[in-house]
Amino acid sequence: MKEEKHILSILVDNQPGVLSRIVGLFSGRGYNIDSLCVAETTEPHVSRVTMVTEGDAPILEQIKKQLNKLINIIKVSDLTDQDTVVREMVLVKVGAKAEHRAEILRVTDIFRGSVVDVGQEHYTIMATGNAEKMSALLNLLKPYGIREIARTGSIALARDLKTK
Amino acid sequence: MSKMTGAQILLRMLKEEGVDTIFGYPGGAVLDIYDELYRSDMRHILVRHEQGAIHAADGYARVTGKVGVCMVTSGPGATNTVTGIANAYMDSIPVVIFTGQVPTKLIGNDAFQEVDIVGITRPCTKHNYLVKDIKKLAQIIREAFHIARSGRPGPVLIDIPKDISNGTTTFKLPDEPELRSYNPTYVPNRRQLTKIVDLIKAAKKPIIFSGGGVNLSKAHRELTALAQKTKIPVTSTLMGLGGFPGTDPLWLGMIGMHGTYRANMSVSECDLMIAVGVRFDDRVTGKIDEFAVNAKIVQIDIDPTSIQKNIQVAVPVVGDCKITLEILNQMLENEDLGDLDEIRKPWRDQIDAWRKTARLSYKQSERIKPQYVIEKLFELTRGEAVITTEVGQNQMWAAQYYHYPEPGRFISSGGLGTMGFGFPAAIGAQVGMPDKTVVDIAGDGSIQMNIQEMATAVQYKLPVKIVILNNGCLGMVRQWQELFYDRRYSSTQFVHLPDFVKLAEAYGAVGLRATKPEEVEAILKQGLETPNTVIMEFVVEPEECVYPMVPAGAPITNMLLV
Repeated sequence: MKEEKHILSILVDNQPGVLSRIVGLFSGRGYNIDSLCVAETTEPHVSRVTMVTEGDAPILEQIKKQLNKLINIIKVSDLTDQDTVVREMVLVKVGAKAEHRAEILRVTDIFRGSVVDVGQEHYTIMATGNAEKMSALLNLLKPYGIREIARTGSIALARDLKTK
Repeated sequence: MSKMTGAQILLRMLKEEGVDTIFGYPGGAVLDIYDELYRSDMRHILVRHEQGAIHAADGYARVTGKVGVCMVTSGPGATNTVTGIANAYMDSIPVVIFTGQVPTKLIGNDAFQEVDIVGITRPCTKHNYLVKDIKKLAQIIREAFHIARSGRPGPVLIDIPKDISNGTTTFKLPDEPELRSYNPTYVPNRRQLTKIVDLIKAAKKPIIFSGGGVNLSKAHRELTALAQKTKIPVTSTLMGLGGFPGTDPLWLGMIGMHGTYRANMSVSECDLMIAVGVRFDDRVTGKIDEFAVNAKIVQIDIDPTSIQKNIQVAVPVVGDCKITLEILNQMLENEDLGDLDEIRKPWRDQIDAWRKTARLSYKQSERIKPQYVIEKLFELTRGEAVITTEVGQNQMWAAQYYHYPEPGRFISSGGLGTMGFGFPAAIGAQVGMPDKTVVDIAGDGSIQMNIQEMATAVQYKLPVKIVILNNGCLGMVRQWQELFYDRRYSSTQFVHLPDFVKLAEAYGAVGLRATKPEEVEAILKQGLETPNTVIMEFVVEPEECVYPMVPAGAPITNMLLV
């Protein structure tokens, strides 16, 4: 069966150990986590975990059921089949010699990124977008010498007012 | 409102939850709780090893249907329960485990007898808690019992730091737990049940396949009513034994690796399988691609993760087995099922033919056959005993040759396969059912894994009967070595074994031994009539194998018969 990437939006009790339960479930059952983001929601007792995972349809069904079975998990939504906005953020430290600075700025501009830090021989660029866009940006910056990268992994929300 | 210590709150909440018996072992981190126990009328069974406590609580829960309670100290006390917790988790047994913990200030310091038991048991508990605030203790205990016994039951662990058990707070009885994120589905979707009714009416070769879920939800009467009304034969997993009377003509015997020929053949040939409270374990299905390939499968289970996990089903039903079968039976009342004796005849004839092809059997010899011991035990106890087992050949023969009339009679480690489970579980079962005959069917290997509990049984005057089928080796492993490893008996022969009769006597119990077939009945009689803890050792044929057998990973029709 075909392996597909899925974005799961998981509302959980904001308690110690909850993330470990989720991660333990994935490692114990051999499921993949491509990326993971956790932060509070408008309710202080509830956190949202946005997770990108991979698997065929039966595996995805099991993942969702197993997540729902965890006592601290309030709701699991699969955003993949819904109209969704997905973003991730990248911070990239790229070599920037004088002769390349203009070109790097132009590329950054095209991706609506910004330079957040400057050194004698480097820029630190911040950009947001979906995963493909971020990868495209990094590809274009590669020739100038990428020193370090930090990526957040995807966060996502359904466009509808109510998440299914 | 009065101030209470954490220990007092704990005991008060246990009362609230209807607990009157605890299996445990004290230690530094639970001294305050034990001090409170000293003053209370709670019954505490002092075991000799924490693994004994958790298995006893498990056995107690299995026979009484109540939540078993186990209490141990921090560090090694806690880790010693892990096998038993995993065991209860695999078999969905409601147990609450209290572990002591070092004071909150010391947590994370590698303090003396500190271990992260909540971390260790996260994958093998239904849920677990570390109590960090004494004000939450009462609520947590209430939640833990609720989670342990509801939905698909399971073990819940509560880790209590010492400063919580000896701290004080004002006590307020917590409300009924309302967990926003935990709401098991008990009542099934009726539309799915209509589909089952239609499938039953259309089926030519139906079978019912029942599992541990039937026993856990006490759905045995509903299951029996369904089978008898529709004249559908029944097979069950090891965990499902007792869910359908083992003496009923519709009974096919157990399915799976050591299932009966007719059960395995029926599963392969059936056109409708009504699976109730089963999870399609690999020991049951064998090669999954060839399991019940001709059947439309209906699966009823309270746990949605059990459905479609290993096998695609045509009609999934999430619900409690008892409630679901009750509704299904009501719906069938209004249906005209036709002349079922006539309709089912070809299928019945086919099953009869399979029955004649290969019955469960063994050949008598000059040496005692283990199957014979169990047959005699069944006869002498009129099938009314609570049987616990260890794991291995003893377990399979106990499943094949003893027949169980109702849930809570066959107590066995099904999922985890824990050697050393049977004897402490028998202790728990005897505590829960003081008037019943409780027999642990053991091997000479597994009985030694928790033999220290002999002292517990004798101390509390628990007349547990231990039947040791002594073949001088690890029989099941030896059987695999004989069949699949060219008889290379690597580390399966016990060159030295204790004298089990003297061992029983050393513990203050009664020891009996039979070495010849003609002694079996007399020894069993004598043992069963003795009102003490008794070890009955039967020196059996060492090379006896459990048949039928399906090699691991093969289709279940690929059976080695006797």
